[in-house]
Amino acid sequence: MSTLKIPVGQTDHIQGDESAAVTLVEYGDYECPHCARAYSIVKKVQKHFGKQLRFVFRNFPLTEMHPNAEFAAETTEFAGAHGKFWEMHDQLFENQNRLGGELYAELAHKLNLSSADLASALEKREFAAKVHDDFSGGVRSGVNGTPTFFINNQRHDAPFDYEDLLTAIDAAITSTK
Amino acid sequence: MASILTAGTPAPDFKLPVTPDQRLALSELRGRPVILAFYPADWSPVCGDQMALYNEVLPEFSKFNAELLGISVDGVWCHEAFTKDRHLKFPLLADFEPKGAAAQSYGAYRKSEGVCERALFVIAKDGLITWSYISPIAVNPGADGILTALEALPK
Repeated sequence: MSTLKIPVGQTDHIQGDESAAVTLVEYGDYECPHCARAYSIVKKVQKHFGKQLRFVFRNFPLTEMHPNAEFAAETTEFAGAHGKFWEMHDQLFENQNRLGGELYAELAHKLNLSSADLASALEKREFAAKVHDDFSGGVRSGVNGTPTFFINNQRHDAPFDYEDLLTAIDAAITSTK
Repeated sequence: MASILTAGTPAPDFKLPVTPDQRLALSELRGRPVILAFYPADWSPVCGDQMALYNEVLPEFSKFNAELLGISVDGVWCHEAFTKDRHLKFPLLADFEPKGAAAQSYGAYRKSEGVCERALFVIAKDGLITWSYISPIAVNPGADGILTALEALPK
């Protein structure tokens, strides 16, 4: 059983409270169709568990397979630096079939971010190190594809369908009691 | 569960096709760490399958000067197409004829299905296995075990 090697911390993108009984960490790739499917499942899961669940998203772009994955990830990190990580994360999954510079500029505009600053940040690879750190930490933690989920630091090896995540998270809640 | 070779065992040599017209012997790589990744078959329908994952992780393996070899019973043309499709940057060896012979020498052959187990081996510069792991056939073992084993190798 693989365990998360990098604890959730200050540089992470987190939804929910530190006091939540369960932390769900997802390592994902914005160009991966399985992650697009997981995106709406996670939202349902979050709705179901409310305050009991904290969700964290980390980057794991499969750059050899997915040519847009890296810049999509860097775009979300840019947005994150301006307080708009989750909005950008959501919009990219909602528009997965249009990933590319044009979409990023459009979304930056939509989120009241400077598309010029975004373009510059991507060109300078300003957020490449952060994305790479996520990736390395994921490899170390036993991420074995995308999406890979960790529930309270344990890699979730079952499918990530709604029922499977519910069962696993319920079990984690029970074991913290 | 099959019993794969364990740490301390000399890694059995083999010579397998790596392209349609070239063969690679394990002993040719003596002097650098080698990672052997036996796996059941090319073309499993998921992104980030095990070989694609290792392709992404290759720079991490290179830090240890380790060579990664993927081995399945698929033939050379199948490997060639799979390599192209996944843009793989490491060799895939065809344990095709005699079928599964190399995998068998490592205790990593599933006779009932005629495919290799999902088994990993890290071999040190001197040709000794220092770590091995067999994963349930349906679970991608990831790269963390390999990296930990590479870190533990004598410098």
